[in-house]
Amino acid sequence: MTIHLSIVLWLPLAAGVLALLVRGSLARWISVLGALATLAYAIVIVADYDVGGGLQHVTDEMWIGALGIHYKLAVSGLSVVLILTTAVVFLGAALWSALRGEPGSRPGLYAVLMGLAQSGVLGAFMAQDIVLFVAFFDLMLVPYYFLTIVWGGPRRGPAVLKLFVYTLVGSLLMLVGAVATGVLAKAGDGGATSFAISDLQQSLVSSGSQKWIFLTFAIAFLVKMPAFPFHGWMPDGYTQMPLAPLATFTALLSKVAAYGFLVIALPLYPQGAIEFQMLMLTVALASILYGSAMAFTATNTRLVLGYSSVAQLGFIIVGIFALNERGGDGALLQSVNHALVAAPLMLVVAMLAARAGGSEDLRDMGGIATRAPAFAAVFLVLTYALLAMPGSTNFIGEYLILLGVFTSKIVVAFVAAVGVAGAAVYGLRLYIRAMHNRTGPAVGAREMTAREALVIVPLMLVVLALSLYPQFGLQRTEHAVKTSLVAVQDAAHDRGETLAAIGKEER
Amino acid sequence: MLAAVKAPVIDWAGLSPLIALLGGAVLVLVLGLAGFRVVRTQWVPTLTLAAFGAAIGLLLWQWDSDLSLIEGTLRLDRLTILVTLIVCATAILATLLAWRDQAAREIAHGEFFCLLLTASAGMMVLVAAQDLLAAFVGLELLSMPLYVLCASRLRAARSLESGLKYLIVGSVGSATLLYGFALLYGASGTTSYAGIAKAIETGGLAGDPLVLTGAALAVVGLAFKASLAPFHQWTPDVYEGAPTPVTAFMSVATKIAAFGVIVRLFDVALAPAVDDWKPIWIAIAVISIVVGNVGALGQSSLKRLLAYSSIAQAGYILVGVVVFTDLGVQAVLLYIVVYLFANIAAFAVVTLRERETDLGDDIGALRGLGAKRPLMALSMTLAMLSLAGLPATAGFVGKLRLIEAAADGGLTWLGVMIVIGSMISLAYYLPVAAAMWREEAAATPEPGIDPRTGRPALAGGAPGAADAAAADGRGGWEVTLVAFVCGAASLVFGIVPQPLFDLVEQAARGLGLS
Repeated sequence: MTIHLSIVLWLPLAAGVLALLVRGSLARWISVLGALATLAYAIVIVADYDVGGGLQHVTDEMWIGALGIHYKLAVSGLSVVLILTTAVVFLGAALWSALRGEPGSRPGLYAVLMGLAQSGVLGAFMAQDIVLFVAFFDLMLVPYYFLTIVWGGPRRGPAVLKLFVYTLVGSLLMLVGAVATGVLAKAGDGGATSFAISDLQQSLVSSGSQKWIFLTFAIAFLVKMPAFPFHGWMPDGYTQMPLAPLATFTALLSKVAAYGFLVIALPLYPQGAIEFQMLMLTVALASILYGSAMAFTATNTRLVLGYSSVAQLGFIIVGIFALNERGGDGALLQSVNHALVAAPLMLVVAMLAARAGGSEDLRDMGGIATRAPAFAAVFLVLTYALLAMPGSTNFIGEYLILLGVFTSKIVVAFVAAVGVAGAAVYGLRLYIRAMHNRTGPAVGAREMTAREALVIVPLMLVVLALSLYPQFGLQRTEHAVKTSLVAVQDAAHDRGETLAAIGKEER
Repeated sequence: MLAAVKAPVIDWAGLSPLIALLGGAVLVLVLGLAGFRVVRTQWVPTLTLAAFGAAIGLLLWQWDSDLSLIEGTLRLDRLTILVTLIVCATAILATLLAWRDQAAREIAHGEFFCLLLTASAGMMVLVAAQDLLAAFVGLELLSMPLYVLCASRLRAARSLESGLKYLIVGSVGSATLLYGFALLYGASGTTSYAGIAKAIETGGLAGDPLVLTGAALAVVGLAFKASLAPFHQWTPDVYEGAPTPVTAFMSVATKIAAFGVIVRLFDVALAPAVDDWKPIWIAIAVISIVVGNVGALGQSSLKRLLAYSSIAQAGYILVGVVVFTDLGVQAVLLYIVVYLFANIAAFAVVTLRERETDLGDDIGALRGLGAKRPLMALSMTLAMLSLAGLPATAGFVGKLRLIEAAADGGLTWLGVMIVIGSMISLAYYLPVAAAMWREEAAATPEPGIDPRTGRPALAGGAPGAADAAAADGRGGWEVTLVAFVCGAASLVFGIVPQPLFDLVEQAARGLGLS
């Protein structure tokens, strides 16, 4: 069967545009249908994916001939599970909005913006041309700006501007890096300019260029994640964005960054990756420690989750910059896990707020579990997944990451392990303070409604399913991770460093 | 003696676009004297459009030619043709914006549109010039009408102030440029570009003080015209005070004409002295990017905001000029087309809101536009995103091309400057977009005294839906059309940019650059 990636890529946006043309709540349901169709197509792609690896279902057209920029889409082992995750999370968000009748005003505009966001994220996962990747990477941010501006919290104006400027600072620098890569590669081999990743891999730019270009990409990714010194936009952005878009934002946009490291930064700029390995690991550790510490003390539930993702993303960076296969596998698995856990937890925040008199502050909550055993159970499962309880797939992800970094940088592994304990503390603190403890002043505990359950329970089941069968992700990623690390290993060899220094396992 | 005078060969075909513009100007001026109101208000702008249309047709007819006109004074090549096409296209859009404008009524339609045509002819002469004198004539031919156009709202003090300011500062710029030309002539002994290039090359005049001073003064003079920092101080005031259609025309057409002559003069005539002028232009580009972007922050007047933004955009464009390659020229032309669509769309929406609300060009006039008129709000949003250079808009492709030209020319750090400028620019472009989508349908302005004009806003009657509907009709369908077309173009060329690339590639060919 022939699979056209362009269809699944633009389907969400098309559904959004269609929704724009109708009135009232029908728009929300068209959006759901679009997301459903996208999910169906994504499942077909996953089912059809050959575990053997390589780029599959390639679409390659010239987009801007004069610049050598291709409209090249493909599914690889790195992206295939993430594409499915994207479809799942966006379907959850669309269903959530439709069942709750959110937003009350201009549902068509909301649908088209969410559609654009989904197409942007899918595009970033599929792009096999670095300029196209950068374009999608920037494009996916635009709808979130307008979603927040129209439906966000009371202080949304400055907050979302900060978010936007912060994250675009990185990605525009990345654009310069990408263009420089193409131009320098052309100068290197004298052929036509091309920005396709596969072409650029053939002739890497010089070692010195690799280093500075790596930094432009790294900054873009670290800002988007966000990692510790680059997280300034996060608290404001998270508190002001409407919840359903925020669920997709926190679940997926950070994963595009993690994915970007594996698909672009390591294969194309291996010298930079080796040169700055310690720097990146330090940033990662700082993120883990800072994120955990802030999540211990934050009282706004959104911020608890926000800081917890800073810490979780720190883990993912550790896995990537272990620069070996186990770390890479773990990082990718953890990306999927975190996306699947963070999205429903953000929706749980809305459910908590609905029971705590509209407040999203932990101090106003407590005792919500009293009359809501089913809700409590769902929340508990998600919390356990977040804190990587043994048995959850997050545990496997973190285990692989720690194992990977243990073989390359043992000290980092010890510090990162502290983060595992930290996750337990903030995860349980969130759960206990919201659900147990003394009943909050305005709390009206009640069971999860059918509409809420319809969204949260399936998402929770996906998390459980992946826990039972993590091989679903791992067997698809293994080969691709190995491929994306080849360049790094070659580069390390050229530098005359022992392979063990970057954690290559003994054979 | 008389017998020795030979009648010059006149290439009428080559000159035909110029004749169309100037002939149109004369006709329009005469027709504007007619006694019938309908002739003045409808036929005159129609005839103006026809003149520009004729010029465009004639230019397209000459597309493949590379002619030397009037004893080598002018040259009709792809660069001239493309720049003039862009000028004419801008002028057509500006004509549509001005059709029902207060300014055209106050100064009389005939004169307004005659001046527009003359200015466009001046721009063509400026870009086509192969000779310092012709260039100066072209410059004055474009400047003089613009001084008047800026002041064409005879009853608005701001407009008059704007015209006067532009006249004084523009004259200083012209004088500086003329002095520079004189020194260049003094050093090389010729006024033709080719002659100057030859004299510098063969005579070893690259470091000559006369050439250096002359080039420096020419830089300053042209920087004034293109409103590049630090010679930009007049821009915000003039742009704000001038009637909006005129501002729209100036912000695009004058700039492209100035860049056309910069490319010709520096990349051709002064090419051998490239090491002397390159650092100056680089510095000006960087300063423009910084000053323009920082200046636009916190502006509440849309026209002032767009004025500062145009300074920054000119800085980006200049990057393409200073890399001094074929690729650079292509990037310049491409970016100008992109900038044309985005800027005109923005000014069209400003024009619309100026007529529909009493808030003038204040950013508040856009409030609630997203709910009330989504298409207009979409056009404006696309314009802003395109100016900021976000993907899926033409601005992204334009910036990409400029950055590529910079990286290719070994000036990657200038590409980084463009990027840094774009980052700052988000902080003022995005709030404009936000203002339109954010508030639910804005309350109709409170009845009472309008703070700007000091007169009662609406006499009698409750400001209800009927008034709002009436106000929405005041903008004019042609303005809506311009905004929509330009906004749509900003999107379409962001997704399918290939036609633009082909166009500029042809134009840059044969300029004699590497």
